[in-house]
Amino acid sequence: MLDAKIPSGPLDQKWTDYKGHCKLVNPANKRKLEVIIVGTGLAGASAAAALGELGYKVKAFCFQDSPRRAHSIAAQGGINAAKNYQNDGDSVFRLFYDTIKGGDYRAREANVHRLAEVSANIIDQCVAQGVPFAREYGGLLSNRSFGGTQVQRTFYAAGQTGQQLLIGAYQALERQVALGNVDMYNRHEMLEVVVIDGKARGIITRDLITGKLERHFGHCVLLCSGGYGNVFYLSTNAMGSNVTAAWKAHKAGAYFGNPCFTQIHPTCIPVSGDHQSKLTLMSESLRNDGRIWVPKKQGDNRRPNEIPEEERDYYLERRYPAFGNLVPRDVASRAAKERCDAGYGVGSSKQAVYLDYAAAIERYGKGEANKRGLDHASKEEIIAMGKDVVKEKYGNLFDMYEKITGENPYEVPMRIYPAVHYTMGGLWVDYELMTTVPGLYALGEANFSDHGANRLGASALMQGLADGYFVIPYTLGNYLADEIRTSAIPTSHAAFEAAEKSVKDRIEKLMSIKGAQTVESFHKRLGKIMWDKCGMARNSQGLQEAITEIQALKKEFWSDLRIPGEINEMNFELDKAGRVADFIELGELMCKDALDRAESCGGHFREESQTEEGEALRHDDRFMYVSAWEYKGDHNWELHKESLDYEVVKPSQRSYK
Amino acid sequence: MTLKQIFTSAVGRKLTMGLSGIFLILFLIVHVGLNACIWANDGGEMFNRAAHFMGATVVMRILEVGLFVFIFIHIIQGLMLEVSNRSKRGTAYAVSYGNRGSKWYSRSMGLLGTIILLFLVIHWIDFWIPSRFTGVEDVTLSDGKTVHNLYALMQNRFEVTWIVVVYILGCISLAYHLAHGFQSAFRSLGVYNKKYNVMLTNFGYAFAIIVSLAFIMMPVSMYFHWLS
Amino acid sequence: MEHNTMNLTLKVWRQKNANDRGNFETYQVSDISSEMSFLEMFDVLNERLIREGKDPIAFDHDCREGICGMCSMYIDGKPHGPWTQNTTCQLHMRAFKDGDTIVVEPWRAKAFPVVKDLVVDRTSFDRIIQAGGYISVNTGNAVDANALPVEKEKADAAFAAAACIGCGACVAACKNSSALLFVSAKVAHLALLPQGDPERKTRVVNMVAQMDKEGFGSCTATGACEATCPKGITIENIARLNKEYMVASLTSK
Repeated sequence: MLDAKIPSGPLDQKWTDYKGHCKLVNPANKRKLEVIIVGTGLAGASAAAALGELGYKVKAFCFQDSPRRAHSIAAQGGINAAKNYQNDGDSVFRLFYDTIKGGDYRAREANVHRLAEVSANIIDQCVAQGVPFAREYGGLLSNRSFGGTQVQRTFYAAGQTGQQLLIGAYQALERQVALGNVDMYNRHEMLEVVVIDGKARGIITRDLITGKLERHFGHCVLLCSGGYGNVFYLSTNAMGSNVTAAWKAHKAGAYFGNPCFTQIHPTCIPVSGDHQSKLTLMSESLRNDGRIWVPKKQGDNRRPNEIPEEERDYYLERRYPAFGNLVPRDVASRAAKERCDAGYGVGSSKQAVYLDYAAAIERYGKGEANKRGLDHASKEEIIAMGKDVVKEKYGNLFDMYEKITGENPYEVPMRIYPAVHYTMGGLWVDYELMTTVPGLYALGEANFSDHGANRLGASALMQGLADGYFVIPYTLGNYLADEIRTSAIPTSHAAFEAAEKSVKDRIEKLMSIKGAQTVESFHKRLGKIMWDKCGMARNSQGLQEAITEIQALKKEFWSDLRIPGEINEMNFELDKAGRVADFIELGELMCKDALDRAESCGGHFREESQTEEGEALRHDDRFMYVSAWEYKGDHNWELHKESLDYEVVKPSQRSYK
Repeated sequence: MTLKQIFTSAVGRKLTMGLSGIFLILFLIVHVGLNACIWANDGGEMFNRAAHFMGATVVMRILEVGLFVFIFIHIIQGLMLEVSNRSKRGTAYAVSYGNRGSKWYSRSMGLLGTIILLFLVIHWIDFWIPSRFTGVEDVTLSDGKTVHNLYALMQNRFEVTWIVVVYILGCISLAYHLAHGFQSAFRSLGVYNKKYNVMLTNFGYAFAIIVSLAFIMMPVSMYFHWLS
Repeated sequence: MEHNTMNLTLKVWRQKNANDRGNFETYQVSDISSEMSFLEMFDVLNERLIREGKDPIAFDHDCREGICGMCSMYIDGKPHGPWTQNTTCQLHMRAFKDGDTIVVEPWRAKAFPVVKDLVVDRTSFDRIIQAGGYISVNTGNAVDANALPVEKEKADAAFAAAACIGCGACVAACKNSSALLFVSAKVAHLALLPQGDPERKTRVVNMVAQMDKEGFGSCTATGACEATCPKGITIENIARLNKEYMVASLTSK
């Protein structure tokens, strides 16, 4: 039976109560306790900084050349916090409620409430670190609204909020490195968890420059290694983002929670050809002003500007008059896919819809003319003024679009299509963020805990920093307080020996295949199976086919892979091969999980489960649980269910009509 | 931090370059103003009188020593910077960024400075050493005062074609050196306001052109006997 | 979307490891779509090299959306290639035409030693940040975020400086391999904010000292760094650093 260790008491008192009663480690003992942190994104860097400040001996690892490269840096939009600076009715409860509802009632109440509680502290902390959030003329912080919420609670730094927050956390981390509290290992990849007497006690890493395997002891291990969207090959994740650390933990005994919960972001730049290596997100904020449409005629090949107004189908406004273009991410994504599948797609690939700013440009232009008292402005003047306004608001996004596509979005509607963006699933953790392996923790996107079946915009940054700055410093102490008598275990211990050997054997096995196909080609094929059969829409038959196909792909991978070069040198192909091998196994589990969850929920449209109007249909009676999968050997998993009991929020079917 | 650090750090070195540069710019104003007296067209009387004044008092002599100190700081620090900066790349690029990213003269301050230094050596031998040490013919001014006839010396030197050419080349180098150095000196001293930077940059260009042109016109007008 | 395909000649720096001498290798690539990104063109080439049993070209890259700062190619004599305010990963093949020869080199600076092929070691930047590129505030110490108003103009300027992605293109472009644009962006970012004020003197002095120690050159204000910076960091920041440095050095004990 899974125990989430949720403290008793009323929801809004649980965290306060926990903090008041959890065990503490005295400063002298902290110096003797070693903490391993894998990954240096928002969760990892903030945890490393916070734990270093407390006096623990921290070792942090990242596979990039610097901790500042972690993919948290790419988050554009903003970070939510229940500050209620706008006096518009926000509160901890509302943020909590919106997050639960946005997650389609598949998140744990206690965790989400805690997240909402600490959200305000995050903003305070970041501002103190020098994060340059956008400000009003009065010098106070500015907020904007985001993704279907009714209050303005999103703090932002232009379209680079993730970057600014990460740099803040990175600087705090580097400060601890300078003070000697954190040892930083760049270009190191974690390849195994070492478990001794049932507790996580260290990791095996590979130095990605020399290829050397290293053993690192820690009284506990924190995985902050991000999400696994790259299982789809094409996603908005960074090229190096991978599941390997989490997957090794999973195979070492940590349960994997809700693996099939992935988020498809509606506004990405569409695929342009087979060569495509990644997808680029355009901030969701673009939907605040842009109108989404496709031609009313199937296979219409005219240029967008040649299609007259009456022949355009503004399908979101048509289907969801109440929310229009501002429906949540999952709804917008599904609707775009539906139109393209029905043959109304645009662009050379026909896998895209238009995001049109013509109306907004004209509207802003008129407003500007009004403001300047120009009663007789010509149409051209109005358009020019409108473009200036749009440029000020979205200029950097428009520039990015033009760089990638070569089209000028001020003149021609942008083409957009949904793309894999975030994974709500991840390692199952309890209230203390500990996995099912004692001493092994998962923070940030790497865990499953806070976003249910769909994440609201501007919540990922919040969760990463909440876990790192404000949750783990308390919950880790509660565990380590009992470890003060455990002295450092020498890495010559048999368990380290065995773990290193298994890593070594696996690398040698990969290198010895000497087949004909490249890692990239396998990854692409995996991605296609996943996208087609375990993507935005899925059905039982497709998922079963996918499982068979992935199993066959795995076999082929291990018999026909070609990796050039040597083990003991910088070898990016070898690094990638290990990651893709893990993605293949994860893909299978995702399909299994998706097959089990025969309901449409959050980002997932299960075709067998829809309303008469073709909307998603959730089944709270049968699926109100977290799926936590236990690894039982090759192709074999056991499902454990953590039932979700909603004490405060009453689940209802979401409607955006 | 120690004073030594100020003068040896990457930023401190630039600070000394900027400060000494600005002092030299101030000197140039004095120098060009004084020499412009040759155009009074009074047979050099005004010029000789002014030149005499510049060497006449103790204050001026002290300033002159100061000037040399700054010149040497500027030269030595500049050469040291150049040597140090050139050692930072390691392997050279096969294709250079060149003029796409910056102006050639901004990248050639060391070279331009060296040319100016060579010119200065000739200039000192021509004028400064005779006037201070080896002696210059005297002339009696209209008020009966006897001073060095530097004007005659100038006339004499600027009869020689190659010297005139060297002076022109030296002054052109000075123009480019100033075109970058003027604004760069203020940057090194921490002027970051965009408004003033634009002003300083433009003023620097104007200064570089006007001062150098004025200096060039001196040998030229003597060579072509435009003065009586 | 109109596009065309092209055949190109690539001259790429190959260097097995830090100790290898290294040399240029020439490769022909064909049927490159104008819609590809520059790195995707390298992907295509690498796939071919692997199939031919050769060692693929190692290059750094991660986010491929111009924000992580990992990509670092010196393309035809300019860091990040011909476009302005752009990173290598965002450069698209539209920038080139059929028959072009493209020369690709790693960042060159003694402080950025080559690790392999086009991969360089930029940990010197991390060490410069360690020397003082932060505000010393422990988690939990912060006052309310709105307790200290910040003039919008200053906040915006701080943000513009903080937009630096630490890619090192400024160093690669500078004739002196100076890191001053990078250092000044951090110094300016933190000096402009009231939160950064208490440490502003020690910060600038220590960061500059570390920069010198790492072996970067000094600034000649040629503007090459500014012209190549993918995030448009201006050299006004350097002037600001100079002032901070001057004040710090004149008023320190």
